[in-house]
Order: sequence, then C-alpha cells, then structure tokens
Amino acid sequence: MKRDFVLFIAFSLLVVAVPLLFSGGYLMNVLVFVGINTMLAIALNLLLGYAGQISLGHAGFFGLGAYLSGILTTTCSVNPWVAMPAAAAVVGCLAGLIGFPILKLKGHYLAMATLGLGIIMYIVFNETVDLTGGPSGLSAIPNLKLAGVSFDSDIKNYYLIWSFTLAVMLFSLNLANSRVGRALRAVHDSEVAAQVLGVNARLLKVQIFALSAVISSLAGSLYAHTMTFVAPASFGFNFSIELLTMVVIGGLGSIYGSFLGAALLTLLPEFLRGANEYDIIIYGGLLMVMVMYMPGGLVRGVPALYRKVVRQKSVADHA
Amino acid sequence: MLEVSGITQIFGGVTALDSVSFSMSKGDITGVIGPNGAGKTTLFNIITGIYRQSAGTVLLEGKDVTGLPPEKLARLAMVRTFQNIELFGGMTVLENVMVGMHTRSSAGLLACALKMPWSISEERRISVGALKWLEFAGIADLADHTAGSLPFGKGRLLEIARALAVEPRIILMDEPAAGLNSQETFALAQLIKRIRDLGITVVLVEHDMELVMDICDRIVVLNLGRKLAEGTPREIQESPEVIAAYLGDDD
Repeated sequence: MKRDFVLFIAFSLLVVAVPLLFSGGYLMNVLVFVGINTMLAIALNLLLGYAGQISLGHAGFFGLGAYLSGILTTTCSVNPWVAMPAAAAVVGCLAGLIGFPILKLKGHYLAMATLGLGIIMYIVFNETVDLTGGPSGLSAIPNLKLAGVSFDSDIKNYYLIWSFTLAVMLFSLNLANSRVGRALRAVHDSEVAAQVLGVNARLLKVQIFALSAVISSLAGSLYAHTMTFVAPASFGFNFSIELLTMVVIGGLGSIYGSFLGAALLTLLPEFLRGANEYDIIIYGGLLMVMVMYMPGGLVRGVPALYRKVVRQKSVADHA
Repeated sequence: MLEVSGITQIFGGVTALDSVSFSMSKGDITGVIGPNGAGKTTLFNIITGIYRQSAGTVLLEGKDVTGLPPEKLARLAMVRTFQNIELFGGMTVLENVMVGMHTRSSAGLLACALKMPWSISEERRISVGALKWLEFAGIADLADHTAGSLPFGKGRLLEIARALAVEPRIILMDEPAAGLNSQETFALAQLIKRIRDLGITVVLVEHDMELVMDICDRIVVLNLGRKLAEGTPREIQESPEVIAAYLGDDD
C-alpha cells in the first residue's frame, strides 16, 4: 500500500515537472493527447483488464461525451463546467441501460454487440447534421475557464488535462485494490465461483461498463473543450481498436500499463514521421513483436526483460 | 436445515434426476454417493442455484429457495466448492479469501474508489478476517502466493477457506477428495470435521468411500437419477440395493 502511494506521488511529480524540463508548444499538445488517451485506456482497461468484458465501441462513448459537451456549450450556451458532468451523467445512464441486455453476452458475441453500438453512435454523429454539424464537425466550442483563467494555450491545457488524468488514475488505482476491484477480477477469473461467494456478477458488470463509459465521456468533454472542434472521424471504429491496442500493449489489468500503452501509441506516430509511408509497417511490426514476446504488456514485459539482461550479465561476469 | 423434494431434471430427452427427495439436519455431515452418472453433481448444481430444475423444491432452513441465483444463496449462508477447483488464478491466495468476505462487507464502487474512511476500516477488517480463515485451513504461509501457481491439494484447501469466509451455515462440497493423495485426504477429513465443529452443516458428493464412511453422519445414495437408499454409514454398507448398484446384480 505504501509503495503504491509513493509510486503515484513520484508519477504526479514527473507530470508536473515535464513542462519545466522540456518546452515547446507542439510537445505539450502531443502530451495533452497522451493524457486524454490515458484516461480512455484506463476506462477500457477497467472493463477489459479487470472485469474481463470486451468493448469494441468505446470510441463512441468518447465521441458522445465530446458531442454532448460541444452541443450543450454552443447551441445551448451552457457553462462547460456544467456541460461536462451533465454529458457524463447522460452517457453513464445510457451505458447502464444498454449494458443490462448486452453484458449478458460473452466473448465474441459481446465483441460484436459493442462493435455495433460503436458503429451506431458513429452514424448518429455523422447523420444528425442539425445537431452535430455532420461530417464537417462542430466548431467554436468554448475553452474551460477557471477563476478568470481561460485554458486556451497548450501549456495550460497540459496542466488541465493531466489534473483530470491523475485524478482518474488515483480513482482507478483505489478501485482496483478494493472490495469492488477484487470482485471484478474474481468475475474475470471465474464468474460462477464469484457468484457462489455472493458477488452479483451481472450488476457488477453493468456498473463497471457504466463507469467506463462515464470516464470515456469525461475524456471526450475535455477533448472537445481543449480542441474547440470535434468531427466524427475522431470517434470511429479505428479509434476503438487503437484504444484496445493501447490497453493490450500497456498491460491488461494495470493502470500504469494503460498510461504506457497510451503514451507509446500516441508518441510513436510522431517519431515515425521521418519514415514517411513506411511508418505503418514499423508500427504493425512493433505490434506483432509486442504481442508475441510481451503478452503481459509493457508494464510486465519490460521489467522481465531487464531482469533477464541483468542475470545474463552477472552470469557473463562470473564466467 | 436443507430439504429437497421431488427434484426432477430433464436434459433434452434424458431424465438426469427423477423426483429425488431427502432432508439433512443441522450440524450433520451428509454424504451423497452413487456410481458415475447417478446425478450427484446435477443435484448439487440445482441446490446451489446454478441449474434451474424441471420440477421440485429446495427448502433452506424452512425457507423456499427454489430457483434463487447463487449470489442470493450466499447471502442466505449457503456456499459450495467445485469438483475441478474454481480459483481466481490471477489473484493472491489472500485476495481469493477476501472475495469470500464479499457478503460480509458493503463498501460500494464510489466509496472504494474515493477511499472513504469507512471503506478503509472495512478493508482492514476484510484482510484480518481472510487471514483467519487461511490459518483455519492451514495455508496462511501461502497468503502472498498467486492462487494459479498453487499445487492442486493446496488449491483445494484455499477453495474451502474461501467458502468459509462467507460464514456459511451450510457448505456443499463437490468431490473434495478428488485428486488428493492419501495424506491430503486424511488432512481433509480432519478439516471437514473441524468445519462441522463450527456448527456448519456439511454436504459432500464423494467417490472416496473410506472418507465418506469415516466422516459422514448420514449418507444418501443415488443411482440412475433416483434415490436408492438413505441412512447411516453402517446401514448403507449393509443395504442389498446399494451393494447391487455398485457391484452389479447376480441375476
């Protein structure tokens, strides 16, 4: 418990220090996306890594939060700080209602149902032109303001987004190591045994699905208010898959793993820019290597690799 | 304590159980025995709410619990273990037992995630209680091991410790001695007796006749989905029907 606390404090200090060590608006902008994607990866990881339930439609909840926040603050002139929780509440209730029937499904069937859900939401974003602006998007979404300060620069947004990201991380870390977190992992490992011990697996799965949607919605609202523009292309099936990749590459069932996965998949395209059209090949190859040699994800694979290297080195030194 | 009457289960065209009735009294160890395919595990799955029977009722302490899901039965202090142990393999041994205390704790999702003061004190109570049950089962030294890495015999003890953490008044064990060596089976028999001494009613399906005859107060014999006999171990050993079912008829 102590160790977890120290690790979180160290991580938070690192987050605070990064803009002091490195400068540049572009880097800050990329790190804002790392923050948003970390929240989304954690949201999906709570569902997939902890409760063992897949969702291929999480980009839809992300988009729904972004659009609800966008529409409420532009068309309805609601304060963004009111719009965000309102959007989250609507998305949470919606996810709860949908969750009850579809979380009865298991495995491939649940994957198909959530895939369909994501596609429906994507179609709604595109087709309800009067509300969402359709394919050309929704613009002029106001920035968040706090005590007279408007979050309109990259550095301000960095601190804004990462305050929320750290809060989501702490929230999820606490949850993971609690009565409810254990019940989730129990349902993942053996649903029937969890039920026999008194865990209401059905209700728990719906709860975590709704919570996951709420966090995704929050990330969506923050995305809308920092970018000030949203378009359907950001919330399609591809992004759902990208989120899934972040969770798996980072490490299923690890909150810090979700950060690592989100960071890698957000930063990698930036580094691969020089490789021109070959970037997609490098990207795909890396994914294959990761899944083959680090099935536990970065968070478990890297320490294991480190231990292996150290051991070989000490063997070599003795020889 | 537990009374089943007229339990019938039909799978497709096969009658797995045909109007089985019996009752067991509080504080007893009751064994359910019978040749393979007699319907013992099906009966267990019905009593513990995993299958829904075609007909018949289950009374738990006089209350009709027919068709209740397992998580509700756990709250009524009925718990079971599985033939091929169902551990939470990715969690530690202690965490497994902590899940057993789910019905004995109440912190909700938000209270847990926001670390409310009452959830912290409850968390402490859960881990202390869980450790107590590990000690009862004699595996407290394995508390921090991953459950998935335990040898089979220890896994069996963990599953029992986890079930006891529910603080049941009745525990049903599906072939607890399956896969255990003779030394482990002996230790298991002692453990089951100590469970009974806590005032917990024990029901077990078991193939190990030596174990059944040693620890059971009463025995119910099933054969081909029907109750064949019921009585004390001595009565069962001397029953001609039971001998015929196990060894075959002379005719």
